[in-house]
Amino acid sequence: MTTATASARAAAFAMPIEDIDVSNPALWGTNSHWPYFERLRAEDPVHYCKDSLFGAYWSITRYNDIMEVDTNHKVFSSEAHLGGIAIVDQGEALRLPQFIAMDPPKHDEQRKVVSPVVSPANLALWEPLIRERAGKVLDGLPIGEVFDWVDRVSIELTTQMLATLFDFPFEHRRKLTYWSDIATTIPGPGEVVETEEEKLTILMGCLQEFTVIWNERINQPPKADLISMLAHGEATRNMSPEEYLGNLILLIVGGNDTTRNSMTGSVLALNQNPEQYDKLRANHDLINGMVSETIRWQTPLAHMRRTATEDYAIAGKVIRKGDKVVMWYVSGNRDESVIANADTYNIERARPRQHLSFGFGIHRCVGNRLAEMQLRVVWEEILKRFPKIELAGDPTYVSSPFVKGYAALPVIIPARY
Amino acid sequence: MTRIIYIEHDGTEHEVDAAPGINLMEAALSGGVPGIDGDCGGNAACATCHVHVADGWAAKLEPANDAEHAMLEFAEGVTESSRLACQIIASDALEGMMLQLPLAQH
Repeated sequence: MTTATASARAAAFAMPIEDIDVSNPALWGTNSHWPYFERLRAEDPVHYCKDSLFGAYWSITRYNDIMEVDTNHKVFSSEAHLGGIAIVDQGEALRLPQFIAMDPPKHDEQRKVVSPVVSPANLALWEPLIRERAGKVLDGLPIGEVFDWVDRVSIELTTQMLATLFDFPFEHRRKLTYWSDIATTIPGPGEVVETEEEKLTILMGCLQEFTVIWNERINQPPKADLISMLAHGEATRNMSPEEYLGNLILLIVGGNDTTRNSMTGSVLALNQNPEQYDKLRANHDLINGMVSETIRWQTPLAHMRRTATEDYAIAGKVIRKGDKVVMWYVSGNRDESVIANADTYNIERARPRQHLSFGFGIHRCVGNRLAEMQLRVVWEEILKRFPKIELAGDPTYVSSPFVKGYAALPVIIPARY
Repeated sequence: MTRIIYIEHDGTEHEVDAAPGINLMEAALSGGVPGIDGDCGGNAACATCHVHVADGWAAKLEPANDAEHAMLEFAEGVTESSRLACQIIASDALEGMMLQLPLAQH
């Protein structure tokens, strides 16, 4: 344990438990949230924080309690008008309808349209193209020179993937990254957008570009891209512009930040655990286990939020109707009572997919197998090319209690095979 | 022990002896059957143990509960014979039951 982590742990265990606020962005920017969750899981697993940047909220911190809340969509609503699915309430101006923030039956109808896009059969069709594009990006990386893995690889590859899914103009693909960043930014001084109005204007520009694509696809026969499927799908063809934008943003953010940060997390975790990297290099059959273990270890979305629609008793506490409830997947994924040696990064776990990162129940990540496939293909291609990717500095953590990720990770590749 | 036959999408058969009381997702995982994932550990919360129950066997099973129905809504290629293997408990009445697996779990 370093001095910094030791002092973070001491601080976490010294403060009055009722004062703990795990949503504090500073904890996430410094990667020092871990001991707070360790303490909550042990001493107060369903914890009430009476005041935070995001108002009062409940924290659900243990694996089984999270499973209980996540699978009870009748009591724990995802509806946007109640606040939606993140700890920050959806602002009035930007209350975009999207199926992740809907309850049944509307959620079910819309999800069913999108789900086949990422079906196993479609994934198999896309895999060669993803592999080819990943190979090109990796072949273009410098050797013996420090560069930012986040920008050159993680962002580039996930953005390419997204452009492929949408059949979006490939040369303009970085717009997708930009819209994703705008959509997840809480406007404020010094941020990429400073006001809600500015954010709305940019997202309306996004809608305009995608409306052109929609009109093009609706006049063509149905094909296997997301926009075509939305334009031709019975449950989605008559969506309002707001609904279209809402679902686009959902798919852009869902397919972007998450895989991006797991891709960065894999390089970080394997470097922090060199014996695991050695095993992987020696046995490429371990790639699948490594991918799932990385998704657990990283937990690219730290939480999902629900709103209670009635009073509910859990772990000795009573959550009241209307309360904000935050399921901390990042904490449940380190719950020793369910996952043995949960703080250890181990690419050879017997049941590596038993983790909370995709959520459970009807809102479970629709792109989970796509995400796993992308990471698998990237690592298959990395291991063919490079004996080692080494860290050349510390990661820069994103100061967000929602998107748990990296702004930068300096690396160096000493040599090719 | 109950003999359960899992048939992969390509036709490959796997016979597994399931202990009484164990669910058929667990039986498949411990029997090394490929094509059953069981991500949620048997909570009917992920639909990655989707199977098609062969003709004649469905009537011998307990009907699906709300949670199972809700998750099957989003599984790939769902038919009337679709079930989540984790919600089927091994018993003598199921001796020789055949379960057809989808191309892959989603």
